[in-house]
Amino acid sequence: MKAFANLITKLGTSTKTNDKLAGLSDYFATAPDADKVWVIALFSGRRPKRIISSGFLQLWCMEIASLPAWLFEECYHTVGDLAETIALLLPAANQQSDNTRLSFIIQRLVEIEKQEEAAKKKFVSDTWMQMDKDERFVFNKLLTGNFRIGVSQKMIVNALAKTVHLEPNIIAHRISGNWDPFTTSFGELLSEEATSADVSKPYPFYLAYALDSEVNELGREDEWQAEWKWDGIRGQLIKRNNELFVWSRGEELMTEKFPEYSSLKDLLPDGIVLDGEIIPSIEKKPLPFALLQTRIGRKNISKKNLQDVPIAFFAYDLLEFEGQDIREQPLAKRRALLEEIVLKIDHPVLLISPVINFSSWEQLAQIRHSSRDMGAEGIMLKRKSSSYQVGRKTGDWWKWKIDPLVIDAVMIYAQKGHGRRSNLYTDYTFAVKDGEKLVSFAKAYSGLTDKEFAQVDSFVKRNSLEKFGPVRTVKPELVFEIAFEGIAASNRHKSGVALRFPRINRWRKDKKPDEINTLDDLKKMLEVYGK
Amino acid sequence: MQLVEFTDSGLYCKTGQFYIDPWKPVNKAIITHAHSDHARPGSKEYLCHHHTKPLLKLRLGEITVQSLDWNEPIVINNVKVSLHPAGHIIGSSQIRIEYRGEIWVVSGDYKTENDGISGGFEPVRCHTFISESTFGLPIYTWKPQTEIFSNIQQWIKDNQEAGKISVIIAYSLGKAQRVLPCIAEVTDKIFAHGAVWNVNETLLNAGWDLPSVKRITPETPKEEFKNAVVIAPPSADGTPWMKRFNPYSVGVCSGWMQVRGNVRRRNTDAGFALSDHADWPGLLKAIKATEAEKVFVTHGFQSAFSRYLNENGIASAEVKTEYGGEEEEQEKPSTNTQQEDEINTAGDNA
Repeated sequence: MKAFANLITKLGTSTKTNDKLAGLSDYFATAPDADKVWVIALFSGRRPKRIISSGFLQLWCMEIASLPAWLFEECYHTVGDLAETIALLLPAANQQSDNTRLSFIIQRLVEIEKQEEAAKKKFVSDTWMQMDKDERFVFNKLLTGNFRIGVSQKMIVNALAKTVHLEPNIIAHRISGNWDPFTTSFGELLSEEATSADVSKPYPFYLAYALDSEVNELGREDEWQAEWKWDGIRGQLIKRNNELFVWSRGEELMTEKFPEYSSLKDLLPDGIVLDGEIIPSIEKKPLPFALLQTRIGRKNISKKNLQDVPIAFFAYDLLEFEGQDIREQPLAKRRALLEEIVLKIDHPVLLISPVINFSSWEQLAQIRHSSRDMGAEGIMLKRKSSSYQVGRKTGDWWKWKIDPLVIDAVMIYAQKGHGRRSNLYTDYTFAVKDGEKLVSFAKAYSGLTDKEFAQVDSFVKRNSLEKFGPVRTVKPELVFEIAFEGIAASNRHKSGVALRFPRINRWRKDKKPDEINTLDDLKKMLEVYGK
Repeated sequence: MQLVEFTDSGLYCKTGQFYIDPWKPVNKAIITHAHSDHARPGSKEYLCHHHTKPLLKLRLGEITVQSLDWNEPIVINNVKVSLHPAGHIIGSSQIRIEYRGEIWVVSGDYKTENDGISGGFEPVRCHTFISESTFGLPIYTWKPQTEIFSNIQQWIKDNQEAGKISVIIAYSLGKAQRVLPCIAEVTDKIFAHGAVWNVNETLLNAGWDLPSVKRITPETPKEEFKNAVVIAPPSADGTPWMKRFNPYSVGVCSGWMQVRGNVRRRNTDAGFALSDHADWPGLLKAIKATEAEKVFVTHGFQSAFSRYLNENGIASAEVKTEYGGEEEEQEKPSTNTQQEDEINTAGDNA
């Protein structure tokens, strides 16, 4: 685990992409193959099954360190990371390590999965007491969660490319999709045969950056294709060998989640891959994202759920046709082929994401204002001659989102943050006015600069009124403009509304708390945009 | 008997008519150590340890100050006062006050590990102990200084191999002098920011033996920095002043570096959890050694620490002071570091 722990430490604290890349390349050049496979798996969201609840880990740690629960909690809220809190609280190692290699540890975890709690406890405690702080941290991460530490898949891909001398695009494709780190060797994972043998394998998604210049700087209008930017889940619909697969952009196989798509299995030609949006829709019109969440959050989908929130696929690209990878062909050609296929199938579950006709950028800018009415969050601009590239690339595809909805609110609660916001009050709850009362309506964690966070943190520390566990109630004084993408009715929130992706737009130092928006203002927004 | 009162101006001994580390100007101030949140300007008379005296003058200018040795009692208005090593920085002292058999000790800031220059912390038996709690949570357990020093040395060597200058961020008073011997073991090319250099000069003039460092001025040729180690205060970190060292690597020496999130937030290349404050086991050990019946907990994680003491049979209460907020400020307001002669006035270190 030492080498892997060092890698994680390096990646976690390094401030430069090149240093991270060098760290990864060094690791891939020296680590045993079995460990390398697991590193790729972990960084691409594949992790071993969770066999111990974090509650138990906390309990065992408290026992070993002889600490009361409240003190553990206090430490956890200061550190902001459970794995690290435990690593810091355990006493120094006192046992010789026999084997703590990454793949070995994971193997052991599988072996004890079915065993009694006592056996698990013994394994975990023994392992802890053989490890230093950094090793414990990654071990706990393995047990509890994912490895989100600022390493993008792109970086993994580039580091691997350096080690095995293959094009990054090829590697991105090979390590995507449905492979099992338990049974796949490093050689197999990167081999061409394995890739072609896996009929479910998706292509790496081509992602767009937000448009950062004036739209007319893109050049001639007729070189561009405009579409609505849908607010669903990006996905690939694959049919090969008479089997149907649905992948999300998060590389999750979601075929089972959306039984609607199964009717497409007999209709789609074989050897085809569609790129599009997984989105609930009735009569070809998209429904709000909040409804989609009711579908993905559920283990078992009820009949009623299927009826109320039927899922469709808004197709906008064709990546494979008749078993051939056609990503290199220009968009215009792929699109023509896609339209032909979708029209022929003519099924309510498979829709074509329409192209927006426009003759001038001014006209398109006008059309963009109607995005919300269309159930879209803006417009996608794609160069008609563009190939389907790998990952987030600038130049040929742009997202041109509409401005968010905004509301002025006052901060009323604060809580310490996680990760690099450890021990800083950075997680806030905001309220609007309802007569003399304040009603909380949103939480937001992002949108301020580090300097602003430090200022708010210091305000919270000096102006907290009460303490409820980790939460401080704060003197309602600081006003912020909260931006959000959508609004929906909700009976889970006191305010009666739920916001989509709320964040802090700016700190309104110019405004006093009695100048904030009201609950009525929110309800009016719900009327206009929440339907 | 309440020998020390907690007033708007600071910790006050009514019988003796003196304050300890007051935050407002008073007639008589006894100062635990020369960090700016403990040693504030404007008081008529100051009393401190011999080692603190020149530092106090450096920080506060022309003042009336009397100094004592450790364990050299004097009587002020019938109250017996003596200073005892606190191990925090050079000259840092605990203040022992005795009146009619009642003994109180004010810790100021302290650490229990002997760092080689600050004087070894001396436990003083008392009835009431007033303790800091900057790192009063069990997540803060320091590695021994020797181990951290060898990590710093390894980091310097790695930087030298990579052709980078090592910039060590350490408070100008205390931490900077503490890491100097460690650095001097691996290189004699040591440069210091003006704020650090000023403190060093003051100490050299007072007869201290410190490894020699060169002062960085706008005229220092860039080539001279090659493979060197630079010591700079936190206020210089991330400012244009650092550009002259390119390519360089930054290592921050602070107890806050114990937690990964803080290292990441500082955007630093390396974090060394080297603190001039007692860690959790250190605080507990120190408090037990005083055999105090009552412990007042000041600046730091006072609510958690005080609760823990109460649950473990030591009567304790929190006290609000102006030595930092609820948790001592982690990020100091950056001052104008373009001016290299400027003394780092940022408060206490960690």
